Amino acid sequence: MSTAAPLRRSLVTPTTLVLVALVVIAFCFLLQRFLFGLGAVANINPGYPWGIWVVVDVIIGTAFGCGGFAMALLVYIFNRGQYHPLMRPALLSGLFGYTLGGFAVIFDLGRYWQAYNLLLPWHAQLNSVMFEVALCVMAYVVVLWIEFSPAFLERWGFAAIKRVLDRWMFVIVALGVLLPTMHQSSLGSMLLVMEYRLSPLWFTLWLPALFVISALAMGYAVVMFEATVVSKTFSLPSEHALISKMSIVVGWITVAWLVLRFGDLVARNALPLAFIGSISVFLFWVENAMFLAAALVFITPAGRASQRASFLGAVALLAGGSLYRLDAYLIGYQPLNNWSYFPSVPELMVSIGVVALEVLLYLIFIKTLPVLHGDAARR
Amino acid sequence: MDATCNPDIDFEACLGPNPDEPVYGGLTRRQMLQFCAGIAATMGLSATAGVRMAEAATAPARPPVIWLHGQECTGCTESLLRSYHPTLEAILLDVISLDYHDTLCIGAGKQALDYKHAMMEKNKGKYVLVTEGGTPMKDGGIYCKVGGKTQVELIREAAEGAAAVIAIGSCASWGGIQSADPNPTGAVGTHEVIPGKLVINIPGCPPSPYNFLSTVLYLLTFGRPPELDQQNRPKFAYGRLIHENCERRPHFDAGRFALEFGDEGHRQGFCLYKIGCKGPETYANCPSIGFGDVGFGSWPVGTGHPCFGCVEKETAFRKPLHALSTVKTLTPPTAFPQVDAEKGKGVSVGAAAAVGVVGGLVVGAGAMLLKQMGDGKKSAPDETKERV
Repeated sequence: MSTAAPLRRSLVTPTTLVLVALVVIAFCFLLQRFLFGLGAVANINPGYPWGIWVVVDVIIGTAFGCGGFAMALLVYIFNRGQYHPLMRPALLSGLFGYTLGGFAVIFDLGRYWQAYNLLLPWHAQLNSVMFEVALCVMAYVVVLWIEFSPAFLERWGFAAIKRVLDRWMFVIVALGVLLPTMHQSSLGSMLLVMEYRLSPLWFTLWLPALFVISALAMGYAVVMFEATVVSKTFSLPSEHALISKMSIVVGWITVAWLVLRFGDLVARNALPLAFIGSISVFLFWVENAMFLAAALVFITPAGRASQRASFLGAVALLAGGSLYRLDAYLIGYQPLNNWSYFPSVPELMVSIGVVALEVLLYLIFIKTLPVLHGDAARR
Repeated sequence: MDATCNPDIDFEACLGPNPDEPVYGGLTRRQMLQFCAGIAATMGLSATAGVRMAEAATAPARPPVIWLHGQECTGCTESLLRSYHPTLEAILLDVISLDYHDTLCIGAGKQALDYKHAMMEKNKGKYVLVTEGGTPMKDGGIYCKVGGKTQVELIREAAEGAAAVIAIGSCASWGGIQSADPNPTGAVGTHEVIPGKLVINIPGCPPSPYNFLSTVLYLLTFGRPPELDQQNRPKFAYGRLIHENCERRPHFDAGRFALEFGDEGHRQGFCLYKIGCKGPETYANCPSIGFGDVGFGSWPVGTGHPCFGCVEKETAFRKPLHALSTVKTLTPPTAFPQVDAEKGKGVSVGAAAAVGVVGGLVVGAGAMLLKQMGDGKKSAPDETKERV
C-alpha cells in the first residue's frame, strides 16, 4: 500500500541546530518552573489563570494537530483514496501537535502530581468539560500513535504485527475521527462558563461548533502548508495537483464557518460591537479577514490553480484560526477588576521551544521513517 | 390508587377523585402525596417513588412498630414530635401502627407490657423494632430495667420477631453520652446487643426527624433498607461531610475564622473551625435540611455554635468540645493570597522583543518560500498521482 520512504538527508543541519538550541532554552526555563513553581516563570495570575502555555500550546497547538483528523475524514470516511500520500505526513504533524499539547498541559498544571487522578474512574466528574477534554485528548494521543505506528512497523520489519494492525485499523481510524470532533468542540465549550467575561463578539452558544469547524479547516490548511513547505525545502515533486483538488472542500468549510460566525452575530444583535474602536475589535476584523481571504482563494478556480495563492490561503487560514483562538481565550476575555496579562520571556521561550521541538521531531521522523512519498522516485 | 397513573407525567392524575377531602387523619390525599413526594425528593428519589410511598403508607394494614427506650433523654422522640409535614400524629395514626412506645402509649404498667407482648406475638416477623437509647451491658445489664427485665433482654426478645430494626439517635446507634469515658454502665449501641441482625442506625443528638421518617417510608415502600454506609447509616442522610455543604464553608476556604465566641469574626458569621467545629469530620445532612422546619440556618453552625459531631462515635462526647477537628478534605492553607494582589505584570521589553523576533522570522521565512514558488502553471508535473 505504501510507497513512502525515509528522506535521505543529513540529520544535522543549521536549522536543526537552531531548533535544538531553542528546545534547550525551553527546558532550562521548565527546570526553573519545576524547581520554583509557576509564579517564578509565568505571568499568569488569578485573573488570567490560563496563559499562552494553554492557549498557544494546547488550544492552538492541537488545532494545528488536526491534519490527521481532517485527512482521515477525507480519505477513509469519504473514501477519497487519491489523497492517501498526504495521510502520513498529516498524521505525523498531528502526532506532535497533540503529544506536545498534552506535555504542555503537565507543566501548566499547578499541582501536576495530582494529574493521575484523572484516570481513576471513581474520581471522574462526568459533567465537566475540562475532564472530557483531558480524557479525550489523552485517548486521541494514543490513537494517533497507533494510527502512525505502521511507519515504525515498516521501518523495522514487523510484518506480522502490521498485518494484525491493518485488519483492525478501521476501528482506530474511526476513533481518530470521532475523538477530535469531541474535544475540539469542547475547547469551545470551555469558554461557555466565561459568559459576560468574554466579549459578545466571541461569546456565543455556537462556540463549540465554531471551534470544531475551524479546527477542521485548519487541519486541511496545515496539510497544505506542510506539503508545500516540505516539497520546496527538500526539492521533492510538488503535491500541488492533489492540494488544489482538496482545497475546494476547505474553501466551502471556511465559507460555512463565516456564515455561522456572522449569522450568529447578527442574530444576537452583537454586530454593532464590531464597529467601536479597540484593539480587540481590530483583531476581530483581522481574524475574519484571514478566513475570508482563505475562502476567496479556495473557492475560485484561479486561486486554487496558483500554488502561491493556495499557500497564502493556507497560511491565512492557519493565522486566522490561531488568532480566533487567541482572541477568544485571551484578548476578547476580560476578567473583573482590571486584571491584565502579557506572557513573560520564559513563558514565550517555553512555547517557542515546544513549537521548535515539534518541528525538530518532524524533521527527524521524515528523515528516518517512511513518511513522505516522492523521494523514492528520485533515488 | 389508579395503577396507570404516572406522577412523572401528570401528578394530578394520581390524586384520584376527591383529592382535597380530608381522609388520612386530617390530611387530604393531595397533602399526603405532596408529603411523600417531598420525602422522596430529600432522599434523591423520583416523584414516582413519592407516590409509591404514599401507597405503602396508606395501605389498609399499617405496619406495626414497637418502640423501646433505653438509656436516653427521650430527645429523639421529642425531635420526632416536632415534625410538621405532616405532624407526628398523622404518621403514627395513619402511616404506621405504633403498637408500643414507652413515652406515647396510653396504657401503663402491666397493661401496656401485656399489650406489647400480644402485638409482638400477633405480628411476629412483620413488625418494625425501633430502639431509642443506649443499652448498659455491665453487671448483667442491671442499670436499665423496664417491668423487671433488663434492656438487653427486652431488646433481644423484641428483635427476634422483628422484620427490621432501626436504632434512632446516637445512644441507640453507638452508645451516646453514657458511653463516654469512663462508661460506668458499659453502655453500647443496639447493634452490639443483637450481633448478626441488621440494625439501621439513625444517629444524631437528636437526629432530624425527617432522616428517620424517610428511612421508615423507604423500608415500607421497597421492603429493604436504603443504601447504607459502613456504620449502617443511610447514605442519603449521612453520605456527605457537614463541611461540604456548610453555608460557612466559603469563610473556611478564604481563611476567615471566628477565634472566640463573640469576637468580630463570630459576629460576622465566619467559619467556626478554630473554635472547635467538628463539621470537617462529621457526616450528616444538617446544613442541607436544618431542624424544626423554620427555614435556612436553623442548625447548630447556622446559629453560631460549632458542630460537636453528634453523629460520629469517635467525635461526640469523646473529643473536647472546642478541640480542633481533623479536616477530612483539605486543611486550610497557612498563607492566603493578598487582598491587594498585583493584577498582572504588563509587557516587558524582553517579551516584546521575543514576540517581534518570532513574528519577523515567520514573515521572513514565508516570504522566502513564496519567492521560490511559481504560480502553479510552471510547477513540475505532479508525480504522486500516478503512484496512488
